[in-house]
Amino acid sequence: MASLKELKNRIASVKATQKITKAMQMVAAAKLRRAQEAAEAARPYAKRMNAVITNLATGFVGRDDAPLLLKGNGKDQVHLLVVCTAERGLCGGFNSQISRLAREHANALLAAGKDVKILTVGKKGADALRREHGGRIIDRIELRSVKQIGFDIAVGIQSKIMAMFAAGEFDVCTLFYSEFKSVIQQVPTAKQIVPVKVSGQAAAPAAVYDYEPEEAEILETLLPRSIATQLFSALLENAAGEMGAKMAAMDNATRNAGDMINKLSITYNRNRQAQITKELIEIISGAEAL
Amino acid sequence: MATFKFELVSPERLVLSADVEQVDLPGTEGDFGVLAGHSPVLSTLKTGMITVKSGAGTDKIYVRGGFADVGINGLTVLAEKAINAADLKPEVVASEIKLAEDDVAAAKTPEAKDKAVAALEVVKAVLSAA
Repeated sequence: MASLKELKNRIASVKATQKITKAMQMVAAAKLRRAQEAAEAARPYAKRMNAVITNLATGFVGRDDAPLLLKGNGKDQVHLLVVCTAERGLCGGFNSQISRLAREHANALLAAGKDVKILTVGKKGADALRREHGGRIIDRIELRSVKQIGFDIAVGIQSKIMAMFAAGEFDVCTLFYSEFKSVIQQVPTAKQIVPVKVSGQAAAPAAVYDYEPEEAEILETLLPRSIATQLFSALLENAAGEMGAKMAAMDNATRNAGDMINKLSITYNRNRQAQITKELIEIISGAEAL
Repeated sequence: MATFKFELVSPERLVLSADVEQVDLPGTEGDFGVLAGHSPVLSTLKTGMITVKSGAGTDKIYVRGGFADVGINGLTVLAEKAINAADLKPEVVASEIKLAEDDVAAAKTPEAKDKAVAALEVVKAVLSAA
């Protein structure tokens, strides 16, 4: 049985931990709000970009003169996995969910005899994939020093991917990130970004458009930008998701610490009372013996 | 004067959404103006100034890398970067010029180089005018 002193120290230490987790939860809540606002503010651009690309690209699907980014280079051998995770831990299963999805995907591709290359964005993804796929990680991008994710970061990653594609270093590129459904729900998602997948049906053109310059040329300039936009929204959703997951994890930790303090306090008080009773009995029986 | 809906969107946020009378845009194949009832056009934009005229006055906005979508419901401009001319600070100007210079340095074919040099000139001219 732990002594009273030990119990007291234990309670103090759990209380200190609780204070820290509480503070982290509040910080995460504040950051979550900002991240959510950023993600929402970016939505109109992504939506319109997607609409225009869909409209333009549906006309080109299956055609030989379609831009390379749209039709792909005709092969399906080398896969590039871009794994976006958080820079920091202590956010529950957030990072491990994304890296697990990426790992399963990589294993399935390898089993099918394909080659896999991995580009990690965020430190945690690299850490999680290093053991099994360390040799396949060709590059890692760390965003630790970045306070607010700007579009230029997405453009930086996108130009890296474009350069690799132009050099024929991969055939298909898939993006892994966590979709932000709500504060308590993030869904790890895989999304193919090269060749560009045209999602949804093109809205029936309400009017005949004039194109300046030609459609093909516009598509050629817009496709890389659309990829950057997809990367950007993935990074923003990740940032919001990370904060949401962190908030939930820290809320849990705070509650657990509270439960623990309650239990320890009860044990402490029982022990204290037992000791007092014992001392009383000793005194009384000593007095009676006289 | 008849007005139409104009929206300027950057990846980070919706920069401007207003009913305006006229918008002048720096299209890749030449500048053009949009009034209410313009026929639908999809055009890429080069770096330059957008001029927005509305009842409240005239605004100038610097844009880099974007395209304009003139639809029957109005005009939408998607720009990679959009800065109000009034907010163009010297350091922003310097970084924008630097970006254009990087493009010149990165250009591989002579054709691309010519384009990049021309773009650099435009950026310098536009920014010094602002």
